[in-house]
Amino acid sequence: MQPTESKRAPLTFDSIESGAGLAAAMKKSRADIIAELSASRLRGRGGAGFPTGTKWNLAAAAHVREGQFKYVVCNADEGEPGTFKDRVLLLEHADLVLEGMTIASRAIGAKKGILYLRAEYAYLRPHLEEVLARRRATGRLGQGILRVTGFDFDVEIRMGAGAYVCGEETALIESLEGNRGEPRNRPPFPVDTGFLGQPTVVNNVETFAAVTAILARGAEWFRSMGTAASAGFKLFSVSGDCERPGVYEFPLGTTIAELLERVGGTGAKAVQVGGASGTCVPASQFDRRIAFEDLATGGAIIVFAPGRDMLHVARNFMEFFVHESCGQCTPCRAGNAKLLEGIGMLERGECSTAYLQELLALCETMQVASKCGLGQSSPNAFVSIVRHFPDEILGRTPTAAGGVR
Amino acid sequence: MLANPQQQLLDDVQAIVGRLGRTRPALLPILEEVQARHGCVPDAAMQAVADALGIHPSEVHGVVSFYAFLHHEARGRFQLRLCRTIGCDLAGTARVARQLENELGIAFGETTRDGRFSLEWASCLGQCDQGPALLANERVYTRVTPERVHEVIEDCRRVFGAHAAQPAPAH
Ligand SMILES: Cc1cc2nc3c(=O)[nH]c(=O)nc-3n(C[C@H](O)[C@H](O)[C@H](O)COP(=O)(O)O)c2cc1C
Ligand code: SF4
Ligand code: FES
Repeated sequence: MQPTESKRAPLTFDSIESGAGLAAAMKKSRADIIAELSASRLRGRGGAGFPTGTKWNLAAAAHVREGQFKYVVCNADEGEPGTFKDRVLLLEHADLVLEGMTIASRAIGAKKGILYLRAEYAYLRPHLEEVLARRRATGRLGQGILRVTGFDFDVEIRMGAGAYVCGEETALIESLEGNRGEPRNRPPFPVDTGFLGQPTVVNNVETFAAVTAILARGAEWFRSMGTAASAGFKLFSVSGDCERPGVYEFPLGTTIAELLERVGGTGAKAVQVGGASGTCVPASQFDRRIAFEDLATGGAIIVFAPGRDMLHVARNFMEFFVHESCGQCTPCRAGNAKLLEGIGMLERGECSTAYLQELLALCETMQVASKCGLGQSSPNAFVSIVRHFPDEILGRTPTAAGGVR
Repeated sequence: MLANPQQQLLDDVQAIVGRLGRTRPALLPILEEVQARHGCVPDAAMQAVADALGIHPSEVHGVVSFYAFLHHEARGRFQLRLCRTIGCDLAGTARVARQLENELGIAFGETTRDGRFSLEWASCLGQCDQGPALLANERVYTRVTPERVHEVIEDCRRVFGAHAAQPAPAH
């Protein structure tokens, strides 16, 4: 009994032939591989949306110390609440992901790849090891890939150990180096000073699969989907109150209403876009687009039906952040705890308007003063819920059962 | 001749370090393997790993305490980790949690007397479309209901049946 297969819609990745992307890359110079990526306007699929071509260009140009080499790291930490599309990709399209890493190694001149797999996905490891072994046996990993002398690249799997913050790329690198997963100050960026101080490209699982697809089909093809600022298709992890939760593919620029239609979630009261660190969108704004220029996301969509208590949702997210903050900087460590306490007061109906304003001011401080994306985005859900569901926030009355409302 | 358990642990650490390398980047894989074999990373093992890598034991302790999946005290042979994040919460985690406590006779954060089960909360397990989700060691259970909790525990117990002769890991 290992029922972990998500329902999923047909994906473009299903039709990408394994090997075509790498073959196309081998016909190009390193610069041309990256030029193709830049032309595709692919932006990172992990959430932040940094242009992948630009990142690879920086890593390709970065200086590597004598006797050292560059690294390609696949971020398979997938810890953002509501996100599970990378799990499906690793299970069903591991070849496309590893091929994307191999293309990256060719483009930037790396010798070694690391796939950082969250501990919660340990059960996927045997499958991934099998795919790696098969790729080595067929000359697609190892020494002299595709019989090209000097094209040496191999991938090692490294396990996470149950820390959401290790999905942040510098914390991930700290973890790989045997340290506590505490984010570093940036700059320097990993493309200059990454794993063991060497230039390192860190990309999301889906980003690598998209790279393979782009090399196989061309930048033009990819760019013909999506919007000007957000090219291509994207995977979405859909959960919560809808009839057909699972993994979906949509072109970027799709509206929330269109998405809800497809997943059987029309009639929803709110949608959380981007997981716990994302933002809560009320029904009145369902015409907004999921794209980097409007609602940016790594693909997590959580649907809330009418009748759901939005303050309870805010509490759940805040408990998550209190638990997952690395504690390194004060705005995040103390701020999240303070917000959780404030949510408790709101739940008990003990919070004045003035104190709520104080909490919102604290949120702004955290957004600007926290050291990494965790603390910078942890107040987002609370702020958007307070703004969009004011009638659920103040003046609540505790019920006899100890519940609320 | 039975080796004393402490010596066995130290020999084991030496073997693991020998295989994975005496370097700092090998630290997490080393600790993960120590824990897989011994159920936790006891103080003596932290000291031995620190010596082997030439770092201060507090460094090793700092790493063990940082990661939710590493711990320095023994937990149950089966660690049940129930997701408490929103997707599962909406799908009914609270009732599953209650029934887990009822079946095992322990609260979250505790281990059964026989050392077989411990119960913990987990952050999102990446199975949000099929919640409530829980992990029993590396195994994933999805769409767990209060009625199915018993089945999950029996699944684990069958493993004990199959390894009846094998003692629980050192405590
Ligand atoms: C707290 C935190 C957690 C993150 N978790 C992940 C993750 O699980 N997977 C991921 O790909 N990116 C995650 N990121 C983003 C990474 O830092 C990084 O931007 C990303 O891996 C780059 O890859 P991309 O450009 O292909 O998206 C996280 C960021 C933060 C601040
Ligand atoms: S913002 Fe939070 S998670 Fe990030 S470094 Fe500061 S304390 Fe750590
Ligand atoms: S919310 Fe429970 S698995 Fe994601």
